[in-house]
Amino acid sequence: MRPFTYERATSAEDALNRHDGDAYYLGGGTNLVDLMRLGVETPARIVDVAHLPYDQVQLNPDGGVLIGAAVTNSALAADRTVREGHPMLAQAVLAGASGQIRNMATVGGNLLQRTRCSYFQDIAKPCNKRDPGSGCPAIEGEHHNLAILGHSQACVATHPSDMAVALAALDALVHIRGRAGARVVPIEDFYRLPDDAPERDTVLDPGDLITAVEVPLLGMPSRYRKVRERASFAFALVSIAASLDVVGGLVRDVRLALGGVAHRPWRARRAEEALRGAPATPDAFRAAADAELAEAEPLRDNAYKVPLARNLIVQTLTELEETS
Amino acid sequence: MDSEATPVHADLTLVVNGREHRLNVDTRASLLDVLREDIGLTGSKKGCDHGQCGACTVLIEGRRANACLALAVAHDGAEVVTVEGLADGERLSPVQEAFIENDAFQCGYCTPGQLCSATGMLDEVDQGWPSAVTADVSTEPVLDDDEIRERMSGNLCRCGAYVGIVAAVRAGARSREAAEA
Repeated sequence: MRPFTYERATSAEDALNRHDGDAYYLGGGTNLVDLMRLGVETPARIVDVAHLPYDQVQLNPDGGVLIGAAVTNSALAADRTVREGHPMLAQAVLAGASGQIRNMATVGGNLLQRTRCSYFQDIAKPCNKRDPGSGCPAIEGEHHNLAILGHSQACVATHPSDMAVALAALDALVHIRGRAGARVVPIEDFYRLPDDAPERDTVLDPGDLITAVEVPLLGMPSRYRKVRERASFAFALVSIAASLDVVGGLVRDVRLALGGVAHRPWRARRAEEALRGAPATPDAFRAAADAELAEAEPLRDNAYKVPLARNLIVQTLTELEETS
Repeated sequence: MDSEATPVHADLTLVVNGREHRLNVDTRASLLDVLREDIGLTGSKKGCDHGQCGACTVLIEGRRANACLALAVAHDGAEVVTVEGLADGERLSPVQEAFIENDAFQCGYCTPGQLCSATGMLDEVDQGWPSAVTADVSTEPVLDDDEIRERMSGNLCRCGAYVGIVAAVRAGARSREAAEA
């Protein structure tokens, strides 16, 4: 591992001042330290932001919550307000990693974790995300767990976060402090599709610091489901964050986001559009899923994700309909 | 050697199993390596060194964590409990007793991590934390075998002593309750 200096920031301003453009912010370190050990990340300077006073989950006047970036995954999933008002968010966090890792990992770091594509993690292999212009062996190689939507000729990686899938469905807002001041970015605009610049996962500029994630009031039943290759402590093949409001047999409101299928959490806007005002029936759910997945472009070995995503959408919406 | 390759050292204070240690460590050192190499507590084990196997599990500020993924310098001032600190003198903790009584290990390499993880996990359950198998996350979880398996999924056992581990955690939880009653 390359030697690095370690500094503990005392405030957001202090963190921004210490960031020289190439420094890395450290949260819980569960992804960054691993990537440093693998040689994927080679920071010369680390600025620890895990001790900044962003460790609270606050109830907003509008019924939403403001989640500090230094809140641990465990604390977020244990929070009473979140468990009662946004169960899919608690479920998504609990579906990720292990008890030990959730105790260390922070909300800010969770948003910024890198893909687990095996080529990205192996410095002996080319990878456009790790080493721009070197190529993408995953397109012809091992890609059974990679993207079916929104990928490019440069990159077919998926985003690994469960939490971010729920946040996408919840219209969450990412609060950012940068050199030019504070700004708020909707989570859908926060993450990028790979296009021809897969080295950029998000729209963050060097030195930008995530301070909080704001989640508006949901006010309808919600659920997170995750399909993976073993029952626990594994990344998603496909996951879904769903919420459904049914009145008089018709869909009044619906939120759908998919994980494990794209370079970012995939908000299923086409399916939502097809469902609003439609009868809340399995047939309508199937039609909506098909509308969303019509643009899927599976790779040689991951076409199974299309019916898997479709079935997951239909089953989860059916369960939400039965409980609402 | 260019200047970039020169190791950087930093002062570090850790309170481990109640005893304070003042150290000067390479910033790259994991908490696991500092515990084992600098402090001489070799109970915590290095398995995968990637946070996947749980053999390095310790309690940091009372919470179970992978010591291999923790940069030691990031935990300056922290209280750490390792497997060596679970017993009260010669008296084993309820979870340790239960591991012996329920044949919860074979080679023993993963056991220090299993013990620390189970101890931290039972505290989490006492505080009402839900898990991925809790049917309704708004309710208080009940620690059945499915809950134990899910909550212990960050600890692998290559001998495959899982059946004994689940029984031991179940028994350890009961004797903790009895001790508190």
